[in-house]
Amino acid sequence: MKKMFKILKYCLSDLMRSHWILFYFLFYLLIGFGLLLINTSFSNTIITLLNIIIVLSPLISSVFGITYFYNSKNFTQLLLAQPIDRKKIFIAQYLGVSFSLSLSLILGLSIPFILFGILSSQNLYEFILLLGISSVLTFIFSCISFYIGILNNNKLRGFGLTVVVWLIMAVVYDGLIMILLMIFREYPLTNPSLIAMLLNPIDLARTVLIINLDLSALLGYTGASFKLFFGTFYGIIICTISLLIWLFIPLTLLIRRIENKDF
Amino acid sequence: MVLNEVIISKSKLLFLILLWSSFINSQTIDVCKTCNFKTIKKAIKFSSINDTIFIQKGTYKESDIEINKPLIIIGNDRPIIDGEYEGEIFNIKSDDVIIKGLRIVNVGKSYIKDYAAIRVIRAKNFNISDNIFDNLFFGIYIEKSSHGVINNNKIYGNSKEEYSSGNGIQLWYSNDILVSNNYVTGVRDGIYLEFSDNCKIISNTSHNNLRYGLHFMFSDNDIYEKNSFVDNGAGVAVMFSKQINMNDNLFKDNWGTASYGLLLKEINDSNITNNIFDKNTTAVNIEGSNRLIFKHNNFTNNGWAIKVRGACYTNNFTYNNFIFNSFDLSYNSSVNDNIFENNYWSSYNGYDLDNDGYGDVPYRPVKLFTYIVNTVPETVVLLRGLFVHIINFSEKVSPVFTPRKLLDQNPLMNIIR
Repeated sequence: MKKMFKILKYCLSDLMRSHWILFYFLFYLLIGFGLLLINTSFSNTIITLLNIIIVLSPLISSVFGITYFYNSKNFTQLLLAQPIDRKKIFIAQYLGVSFSLSLSLILGLSIPFILFGILSSQNLYEFILLLGISSVLTFIFSCISFYIGILNNNKLRGFGLTVVVWLIMAVVYDGLIMILLMIFREYPLTNPSLIAMLLNPIDLARTVLIINLDLSALLGYTGASFKLFFGTFYGIIICTISLLIWLFIPLTLLIRRIENKDF
Repeated sequence: MVLNEVIISKSKLLFLILLWSSFINSQTIDVCKTCNFKTIKKAIKFSSINDTIFIQKGTYKESDIEINKPLIIIGNDRPIIDGEYEGEIFNIKSDDVIIKGLRIVNVGKSYIKDYAAIRVIRAKNFNISDNIFDNLFFGIYIEKSSHGVINNNKIYGNSKEEYSSGNGIQLWYSNDILVSNNYVTGVRDGIYLEFSDNCKIISNTSHNNLRYGLHFMFSDNDIYEKNSFVDNGAGVAVMFSKQINMNDNLFKDNWGTASYGLLLKEINDSNITNNIFDKNTTAVNIEGSNRLIFKHNNFTNNGWAIKVRGACYTNNFTYNNFIFNSFDLSYNSSVNDNIFENNYWSSYNGYDLDNDGYGDVPYRPVKLFTYIVNTVPETVVLLRGLFVHIINFSEKVSPVFTPRKLLDQNPLMNIIR
């Protein structure tokens, strides 16, 4: 465990020095300030941010994850030659990437929001939810990218696959669901659409945020039934569980792959 | 002899003058705990036509007070009339009655009868002003009356359920009535009109009511101006009426799965101008309405700015602002007979090369996603996803599904102030 923390610490300090994390941080800082200056209310800003973050944070974390994985390959191989549990090496690296990405997101957004007084506003809960959910998305997608990295030694293939996975999750899945809903429009679709949202982390994150931002009224009858589901304690538990499953599946796959891989 | 006759005729004249003056300068009657009249009912019984009854400060536990002759009833220092949940409190059955400055509380509740704090039946020229109503079932109920004024009353209901609550101000078969500067909250329908023509509803505030802030049916030639309808259960619903003028009203925060800023059903030949619609789930829902003119309205931060359902023809939407609505326009047919011209749309991103203030490219207010949501409501869960943005963009470039002719040929470049 001590060794793992040591690697994690090294990893973090390495990442903090890299310009990309700084850029990522500055990007959110700028967006935060910019949106707060343009928009009049916190809830409006959070809704606009929701649009950006839901798309961007998975993309950035998967691309950044895979880049980091390939770039630190030599160092990883060096570490593998040492008497350290190989599981710990990768977990530490993965945690390093996800932590630093979420940290720059959280800090980058918190600074402008705190300066504009979110702490004393009613929207604090929604803001924390936004940060929490985007951090979870970061963890999920950097895990997926690590798994893809482990599976593919070919860098180009690895990059391509991460982008494709992101594209499927962010765009294609929605299109598919839309087509399915239109084909089966004669049937009661509230529950199927609800399940469809649970099966994709990006959609789930978006839905949870929309429900909590009280845009649910927009969704009409579907929104009402969604609110009944997501608004309750039960619903929140299910959402959390399904997000955790999304974190858990790639992580176990990753660990199993690490154990068996011949470097 | 002559002198005598003169004296007699003089005394006759004096008598006539006295009689006449007593008729004109009607007397005043005080009601208080220490006065001759301790209850309002007794005072009314004793009074003659056109008398003024002053009710002094205090609490009067009375109900079913019937007013059957022209009277002026004025409260000094706002006396409290407590109905003790017995039934109705004032029942006006005569013309020319004025009621002012009272606080009327505890109207009886009933599932069979519509008990009201003040009910006016078949009367003309009444004036109900500056009263406060608390704990009521129905507030002011005007029945088959005309030419009255309801001004500056405050109605505070505490309704919990629709089925066990009444309306704030209700006009039923009543014409030429002015309802102004009233404040209504916590009842079922704030202001309700049924079969009431030529009424003016001006500068009222109706908010936090269980169902509708304003509700009218079969009421023609009415004017609604400078009212604010905020945070009502289902907003404002108006149905089966014609020649309505709705100007300078505020429709705000009517937010909920079945809430509307303004729901129009079978409304014809009406003007809706200079209104503000802010943060409503559906700002305006139009169904079976023809020849409406929407001009200079502000639609901001609504879920749907305008939902056009079936059978709406030759409606005219010009010079309105559509700012930051999730959906600007939802339209459920492919034929368009309505005019959308010279509006400002915040989601318009065309250009204006000749600098005449009008965009050079037409704007299509109906998005593809709006169309899809109309056909399959469940798809709304995909709202704000990247996919939705992409298909909206592609549809904008080359419209296939959305009504081709539904466009604003000359959208404005700047917000109309």
